[in-house]
Amino acid sequence: MKLTLKIWRQKGPHVKGEFKTYVHEHVSPDMSFLEMLDVLNTELIKKGEEPIHFDHDCREGICGMCSLYINGRPHGPLQTTTCQLHMRSFKDGETITIEPWRAKPFPVIKDLVVDRSAFDRIQQSGGYISVNTGGAPDANEIPIPKKIADEAMDAATCIGCGACVAACKNASAMLFVAAKVSQLALLPQGHPERKERVERMVAQMDAEGFGACTNTRACEAECPKGISVAHIARMNREYYTAMLSSYELPSKAGGE
Amino acid sequence: MNNWFSRFLTSSLGKKLLMALTGLFLILFLVVHLSGNLQLLKNDGGRSFNIYAEFMSTNILIQTISKLNFTFILLHVLLSLYLTIQNRRARGSERYAVTSGKSSIWASRNMGVLGTLVLIFIVVHLRHFYGEMHFGSVPTVNYDGKEVRDLASVVDYWFSKDWYVALYVFSMGALGFHLWHGFVSAFQTLGLNHPKYNGLIFFVGKTFSVVVPALFAWIPIAMYFNI
Repeated sequence: MKLTLKIWRQKGPHVKGEFKTYVHEHVSPDMSFLEMLDVLNTELIKKGEEPIHFDHDCREGICGMCSLYINGRPHGPLQTTTCQLHMRSFKDGETITIEPWRAKPFPVIKDLVVDRSAFDRIQQSGGYISVNTGGAPDANEIPIPKKIADEAMDAATCIGCGACVAACKNASAMLFVAAKVSQLALLPQGHPERKERVERMVAQMDAEGFGACTNTRACEAECPKGISVAHIARMNREYYTAMLSSYELPSKAGGE
Repeated sequence: MNNWFSRFLTSSLGKKLLMALTGLFLILFLVVHLSGNLQLLKNDGGRSFNIYAEFMSTNILIQTISKLNFTFILLHVLLSLYLTIQNRRARGSERYAVTSGKSSIWASRNMGVLGTLVLIFIVVHLRHFYGEMHFGSVPTVNYDGKEVRDLASVVDYWFSKDWYVALYVFSMGALGFHLWHGFVSAFQTLGLNHPKYNGLIFFVGKTFSVVVPALFAWIPIAMYFNI
């Protein structure tokens, strides 16, 4: 296959970037999208040019590291991660435009690599549970209905890749935050911090500068893990309940 | 700005909630407004419409709700303006060169444009009908010894102009698309998303967004062509 690639090149966070066009003559339909870029980078290195920087890690679709906005869609034309996208999904002679995730809270570090640590800070603000130390509890000691466990598991499959933010016209992180809130709100282990969690995570999401949700459902359609916007509705319920019924978060509580 | 209530309403989710609640109120208002307008189709020289309009513009309770309605329209508009600016900023200075519209429906991505069209229409028709009724001089008719302002004649006048009928029908189209996304979306924002009633919300929402604007648009068409 022969492809024309329009790729976003940007030397650093504060440098103006631009598209550069590359003609890639050695593409096999069996390559993954990232392998295709690997081959292009090898050619660039041989020519003494700067290779294209992009994020990747497990290449198994489970780590959430790969990104890329391909032909106007996060992770490209299939509902999967970029590492699991293969060149057979493209036509010979096609022009492919590759851009980084575009969102103010996801600043470009270099080329196609963006800084997604905003997600880490949201997670740190409340996406945890408290567990007492001591002997290991018996398995299945706490009864959880199968349907609830499944629903929590569906939310937990979120790999935090940021495709929801990239797909959303408002650069909203609601699907990510909703998945994290939902997963723990559904399970008894998450209940001690339930109200505090949603308040803090939403506050952190707003502080990071993500947009608000307008229910276009583009996130759900593009999420490589197929996470449903039903979780956003759950987060809304959790948030309203928490705001109307929680005790105020202590600002300067005694005992410290 | 640090008490829980203001933090709630100024958060992204709080603003969404206000958009949904005001939107749902305006949906209810559409039903009331339409039930009044449909009386124009009665073949009684505008009598029942005029009695209805006189009641609506003089009853103290209705007038209070009307002021509330204006407040909600204003709140809905200002909040959406604020959210649109905020959401555009969230995208950052560099925008996508290529975007695909495959993952969402057109109406959902253009609520701002559709809402603006509806707002322009609201202002125009307020000037011609509400403004005339409240601040203008509408001729009166006598029904059984009671002087009632003949708003039906004002409606007749405007609905005989082709550009006005065209604007009316076009605006109802915009309203239909706005509702197509807005109705169902409001329930999602309220957190009402459950397999038990998702189907019902979807069916009622989509039916409403077609039938109500269509009935609104039918009135000027019928009056223009004397159907």
